[in-house]
Amino acid sequence: MIGGVIHKFGDHVDTDVILPGRYLVLREPQELAKHCLEGLDPTFTARVKPGDFVVAGRNFGSGSSREHAPVALKAVGVGCIVAASFARIFYRNAINIGLPVITCPDFARDAKNGASAQIDMASGRIEYQGHVYHGEGLPSAIRAIVDAGGLVPYVQQRLSTLA
Amino acid sequence: MPLTMTEKIFAAHAKEKSVRAGEIVTVRPDVVMLNDISGPFAFEPFRTMGATKVFDPDRVVLVADHFSPAKDVQSAEAIRILRDFGREQGIVHYYDSGNGGIEHAVLAEIGKVYPGALVFGADSHTCTAGALNASGIGFGSTDLAAALALGELWLRVPDAIRVDLEGSQAPYITGKDVILELIRRIGSDGALYAALEFGGPGLQALNVDERFAVANMAVEGGAETCIMEADDQVFAYAAAHGAPSGHAVAADAGATYRARQRIDLSALEPVVAVPPSPANGVPVSELKGTRVDQVYIGNCSNGTLTDLRQAASILRGRRVAPGVRLIVVPATHAIYRAAMREGLLDVISEAGASISVSTCGACFGGHMGILAKGETAVATTNRNFRGRMGDPEARVFLANAWVAAAAAVAGEIVHPGDVTAERKAVA
Ligand code: SF4
Repeated sequence: MIGGVIHKFGDHVDTDVILPGRYLVLREPQELAKHCLEGLDPTFTARVKPGDFVVAGRNFGSGSSREHAPVALKAVGVGCIVAASFARIFYRNAINIGLPVITCPDFARDAKNGASAQIDMASGRIEYQGHVYHGEGLPSAIRAIVDAGGLVPYVQQRLSTLA
Repeated sequence: MPLTMTEKIFAAHAKEKSVRAGEIVTVRPDVVMLNDISGPFAFEPFRTMGATKVFDPDRVVLVADHFSPAKDVQSAEAIRILRDFGREQGIVHYYDSGNGGIEHAVLAEIGKVYPGALVFGADSHTCTAGALNASGIGFGSTDLAAALALGELWLRVPDAIRVDLEGSQAPYITGKDVILELIRRIGSDGALYAALEFGGPGLQALNVDERFAVANMAVEGGAETCIMEADDQVFAYAAAHGAPSGHAVAADAGATYRARQRIDLSALEPVVAVPPSPANGVPVSELKGTRVDQVYIGNCSNGTLTDLRQAASILRGRRVAPGVRLIVVPATHAIYRAAMREGLLDVISEAGASISVSTCGACFGGHMGILAKGETAVATTNRNFRGRMGDPEARVFLANAWVAAAAAVAGEIVHPGDVTAERKAVA
């Protein structure tokens, strides 16, 4: 269980507002972190504390496939993103780089900006204001990538057994 | 069991025997493409994974398009990383200024997209390949690092939404209007994780360029991929671009769909998407009088020769309105040259447009036409998200090339028929 403050956003938060295109010349996570969510809320990087949660509505991370977006969210210290649904490429990218993502429409609806919640990443269990929510589980094939710590160590293991 | 077109393409590329919507399978792509943003971001994980050689250099395509020609030292470094990786890995399919253009258009032009192909790209608009009866799927950089290393990736087989097109186009209706109308109906997550499958007699009325525009924006409805039925136009395109004839797929009668849509081309009015969502389509007449500062004709959906012909037909003998900037970006170098041979660039430039080299440019707010605070643009691009083309308080209206060119001439959004005064009475 980790605890954190909720930063609440609406539906269809796209990767252009998470990390605007003009910063795509950058590749260092700490550099990208400085511009995280700048297109939507330029005060976010000043407010967010390590381990905080981003909670959003439908289709979080829609649009461009830029992996810079989840990298920026991870580097700025976001501990977990909970959304009613995720755009497909963003969801894969987050899992691949080891940024926890949980799909939970009920919590996404109830969560209030600035309130605190407790989340158990492994089980997807969320405790919030006396209620317990359960995020959707992952298929076993994808669980294996998460358990390995992301796609890089996962492929590393595979390549070393092939060698 | 009857199968969708997408299930058939996945089945032909999967290691598993059973390939049905909802199942997780491992598929081997025919081609993998990376660009000057996603490529440099993929090569470090590729090396950290312990990989030294890409799975097949001939199946990898590298395109410097987003910041090319390099706009500053950082983007020049990124393009150099892309180029160096190509050299080190013996990848001959490297494209940059002078022979390339925007990746999705380049990939089709060089014959890497053909019926039945499975295309992976580290870019969300890889779904453009669907126009040629292929399945194109967009990924992030780490996924494609794994694809470069292993030659395969896991995917959940998407369920499909069937879209039947009927009728033939009214004047000034293009593929752009078809896809903006569809996304207006289903919303920007209406096809989340699904495959959009297009067919029906109305598909014939769209040429291949217009089909690219439709397939390109499938991702704006949240789709994983998109595919269109093959016909003689598709086979002719593939042959003309040196592509293999491939293995065309058709949907079986009785295949299962998540949902169905019908679009009658003859009933459409040009559609314009109001910022900040491609799903905010309205008929062009509803926006009449909206003043514009900039018009941008280009991008991987609508920078084709067909778009340039449409724009030129409006601009011929007319002038861009005072105070309006018209920027025209042929999607590839080959399109640029074809438009030059046809005299289109002369017409466009004489009207007062600036014509750019082929690049992603301002489409994603990179360079070559960024918008200032409070400015309004009409663009043939595929996204009008907040800040997409520059300042978060600039507005981008998405439209077809007829509507865009008409806006440049009128200085405001108008029905193109009002500019040409040839508008047929609508019954
Ligand atoms: S033209 Fe725009 S949408 Fe197309 S690949 Fe380039 S940046 Fe992406």
